[in-house]
Amino acid sequence: MSVYFLCLVLFSIGLYCILRKRNLIKIIIGIIITEYAVNLFFVLIGYRMHGRAPIHAPDQEVLNMVDPLPQALVLTAIVIGLAVTALIASIAIRVYEKYGTFDITKIRKLKG
Amino acid sequence: MLDLQILLIFMIVGALVAVRTKDLLSSVIAVGTVGLGLSLAFLILKAPDLAIAQLVVEILCVIILIRATIKKDLPFSASGRWFFNTLVTLIFLAVFLIYGYFCMKDLPQFGEPIMRVAQNFISNGLRQTGAANLVTAVVLDYRAYDTLGEATILFTAVVSVLAVMRRIGRKK
Amino acid sequence: MKEQDRGMTLIVKTITRLTVGLILLFGIYIVSHGHISPGGGFAGGVIVALSFIHIMLAFGKEVAFKTVSQKVASVFESLGALIFVTLAIVGIGYGYFFLNFLAKGEPFKLFSSGLIPLYNMAISFKVGAGLFIMFIILVMFRVTKKGEGE
Repeated sequence: MSVYFLCLVLFSIGLYCILRKRNLIKIIIGIIITEYAVNLFFVLIGYRMHGRAPIHAPDQEVLNMVDPLPQALVLTAIVIGLAVTALIASIAIRVYEKYGTFDITKIRKLKG
Repeated sequence: MLDLQILLIFMIVGALVAVRTKDLLSSVIAVGTVGLGLSLAFLILKAPDLAIAQLVVEILCVIILIRATIKKDLPFSASGRWFFNTLVTLIFLAVFLIYGYFCMKDLPQFGEPIMRVAQNFISNGLRQTGAANLVTAVVLDYRAYDTLGEATILFTAVVSVLAVMRRIGRKK
Repeated sequence: MKEQDRGMTLIVKTITRLTVGLILLFGIYIVSHGHISPGGGFAGGVIVALSFIHIMLAFGKEVAFKTVSQKVASVFESLGALIFVTLAIVGIGYGYFFLNFLAKGEPFKLFSSGLIPLYNMAISFKVGAGLFIMFIILVMFRVTKKGEGE
């Protein structure tokens, strides 16, 4: 139970970073931390105490495997997270080139 | 699960350093420590596929972020309603954490998953798909539509990066 | 002389020449054994992309473009998507979408489990080439930006 709560604390740190910081790179970092917390939570839900990795071995019957379904979902989510991070970073670079700053309160002109 | 708790506390400290540091490059490197800690946590939680993927993805992520932040620094500014905004954010997070703590009582106990669908995968997976690695069997056989959607999202992200960063046809 | 000034120092270049082939080989191993051991198309594709990014970081972008140009990477990405969707559509002829219609073979062998190694290969093409294209775009922008005088 305490592991769940620590994971929630990690999520809220990322949420604080998204809500409160003004630097665009700090906001990207907050998004990354939040994503890590969600991925970890999925795997924590599927863990079985004293379980084994979900890979069959020859010549032996493995009965107490952990849940393979959340691991499969998280495996796609990790790669998608990397692609989305690269997209946000490219948008941040463009914004820096246009306005000369990462501060989101200075970026006011909506004109393209 | 003492090792897992120690690792999570290390990740929380790394995240706090990443949030509080003023230097952007140090902040990015602190995020790298959080990701590597997550890779170790996946290894403890018996998910070796995810550990490998998280390790390599974290390296690429840190390279991309360093490329985005290098030689661009911003001084800390405390103008505006700094105290009021921080107070409101902290109150919101406190309420969020309290409600989250009470919601956790309804989750399955840690270490005892429900596994209603997964029991079918485990008992029949090797016979139905022939793959020894059950995560690969789920990703590419039972739930291959997820992988198709993932490929679509990746393609869309590549096209979007190309469209955002292009120089031809863009007005100065 | 000018060719040698590009990129990082001599130590980094020598070590890169020694290690980059091993990294590529490890990526191919991870992809091809994805159905019997940990790994798979996603992790293997990212490792393959990292080996080319390693060349690009150590030697500069001209040498990296000699090994893999942007057009080749684009062709590989399209090829990955095409293989994936084609194999899925051929499954309709045998029953339904994404049907694993090849013979399963003997478990725990390299050539087993029907279509899953081919799917793994397609996914690794797609992920590796896609991430490499993203990195090329991000790096080329820095090189051209100096002339604009923003």
